[in-house]
Amino acid sequence: MLRGNALVAVRGDRRLFAGLDFALDAGELLYVNGPNGSGKTTLLRMLCGLVAPAEGAILWNGEDIRSVGDAYRAEMVYFGHLAGVKDELSGVENLRVNCRLAGQDPSDEELTRALGTLGLRGLETLPAKVLSQGQRRRVSLSRLLLSRAHLWILDEPYTALDRSAVELLQGLIRDHLARGGLAVLTTHQQVEIDAGITKELRLGS
Amino acid sequence: MALNWFKYSSPASFYPLAGRLAPWFGVAAALLTLTGLYLGFFVAPTDYKQGEAYRIIFIHVPAAWMSMFIYLVMAFYAGLGLVFNTRLSAFMARALAPTGALFTFISLWTGALWGKPMWGAWWVWDARLTSELILLFLYLGFISLQAAIEDPRRAARASGLLALIGAVNVPIIYFSVQWWNTLHQGASISMSQGSAMAATMLTAMLVMTLAFWMYTIAVVLTRVRCEILERERHSEWVAEVASRETR
Amino acid sequence: MEMSGIGLLSGTRNILARDLTLAGRRITDVLTTLFFFVIVVSLFPLGVGPEMNTLRMIAPGILWVAALLATMLSLGRLFTADYIDGTLEQMLLSPQPLSLIVLGKVAAHWLVTGAPLVLMSPLLGLQFGLGGAALGVLMLTLLIGTPVLSLVGAMGAALTLGLRGGGALISLLVLPLYIPVLIFGAGAVEAVASGLEAGAHLSLLGALLVLALCFGPWVTAAALRISLE
Repeated sequence: MLRGNALVAVRGDRRLFAGLDFALDAGELLYVNGPNGSGKTTLLRMLCGLVAPAEGAILWNGEDIRSVGDAYRAEMVYFGHLAGVKDELSGVENLRVNCRLAGQDPSDEELTRALGTLGLRGLETLPAKVLSQGQRRRVSLSRLLLSRAHLWILDEPYTALDRSAVELLQGLIRDHLARGGLAVLTTHQQVEIDAGITKELRLGS
Repeated sequence: MALNWFKYSSPASFYPLAGRLAPWFGVAAALLTLTGLYLGFFVAPTDYKQGEAYRIIFIHVPAAWMSMFIYLVMAFYAGLGLVFNTRLSAFMARALAPTGALFTFISLWTGALWGKPMWGAWWVWDARLTSELILLFLYLGFISLQAAIEDPRRAARASGLLALIGAVNVPIIYFSVQWWNTLHQGASISMSQGSAMAATMLTAMLVMTLAFWMYTIAVVLTRVRCEILERERHSEWVAEVASRETR
Repeated sequence: MEMSGIGLLSGTRNILARDLTLAGRRITDVLTTLFFFVIVVSLFPLGVGPEMNTLRMIAPGILWVAALLATMLSLGRLFTADYIDGTLEQMLLSPQPLSLIVLGKVAAHWLVTGAPLVLMSPLLGLQFGLGGAALGVLMLTLLIGTPVLSLVGAMGAALTLGLRGGGALISLLVLPLYIPVLIFGAGAVEAVASGLEAGAHLSLLGALLVLALCFGPWVTAAALRISLE
């Protein structure tokens, strides 16, 4: 499904990594690790198509993601360092805008249910600025619940989450893989990933 | 030119080529400038209406032509760099900008010098001078954007896009300034007005234009060489060049 | 993907609605631009003197230059908030065409900054002694011209996203591109004020709007992809 061929990443005039190959198929998790500055985030942004590889290509079902374009973006969800949550909007409003950006239009009940699952029952209509850092991350994560994407790209998703939220997210990833989805994940926290087939990719070694 | 451009589009092979060519263009620029100035200042006849002061046009007009032409060449290279992702084109666009801005400035400055005896004012809002002024702003925008972005790749691509936006707008701006000027009928003088241009005048102007071209090429090649060295300083061939030239 | 013709513009509508909601909850931002416009225009009689004939003569230019500056001032906000909180990244990753999302953002920007200027302009024109016909044309030119300012400004905002000194830089990039709009906009009002026809000015202004609508969002989308790389 997802393949990286001889990828090279350059930041400024520094080479982050070179000659990187990997292959990921349905139901598999790619766990990317390595020290700070080894290019984990750059690799994940490359996989989304935000950054072009300096050399090499990323293939989705055998086609270069840069030529697939919008159709690839419809099958992928990216969860990065930034939450993408607006202070002035409520949880429901934030989630609705994000889902519509991803090309979906869930009903109010679905939105409320998704937020409830992430432990935000009763907080759905409050503006996000009164929520804590962790709660805002939860609002942002709730779009994974409604997403129909095959490929999840998660950059440090456990940041600012408490133990229960971490367990919840792990469950979500497990279910996603069990449904035949793909996931790419980076994390610094010690979290066991007990999901199906896990492939590991070490950067900066 | 019958050169194989694809071979020379790689910085490593362009670097020595540019090094060999630049001095020749420099010499050509010096010789042509001397010829052009001699023709313009000593051979061309005195203008019966404007006296000797008109001779500034041998610098003013070629500089104005060059300023506009360089912008188009710059936009062309910027477009090439964006479409084909060739780094050398981006280097060229970047190297052309300061020279273009310089010629724009020279043409404004000499325009003011010419304007004083002609119109009795250092500056008049005539269509040509105003367009040149706006062109200077466009150059400054390009240079400032490039300077403000630290990542060289983003700098090249963003300023390339800006150059293309500018190139599309130059005709629109030029036309609108012409329109504005005809509506507000100000003092305006055209150099072909008053006196039919003598053949020697035209020759001198063309020689000067050619001289400016040669100067531009020499300077741009040198600037691109510096740029290449700086960007590729971690590569092996630069290390080789450095060891060869310090030996 | 299930994307019909109507579905295509849903990205535009979604962002337009969101930005208008946000503007409604941050109403001071909207008012700041409008007040800036009013204050800049009011400074001129103080600088030039209260002579009504002089003021009437320079009014179209002043109102138009103030409109340019007010728009410029608001451009920084266009993408910055979305850039900082990561929403812009999600927009780039959306399966909807980015240019249509940009169109939604620019439309919201115009409704929030350009449209109030249009509505406020006749009041300010009155202070400068402009007559009825001139006031009408002033509003009409601003109505056609301010969307061009938003569309062209968006390109500059996208190119300078996240840069140090972005505010000053943006004016250097964008103001030269605003010159044709200024010339035709102020020219039309001047023409009518001195009893001439303004048809040609208005057609040219309209042509600029069509051109900016066709290419602006697309170029801005390209600039955003460059800036976020």
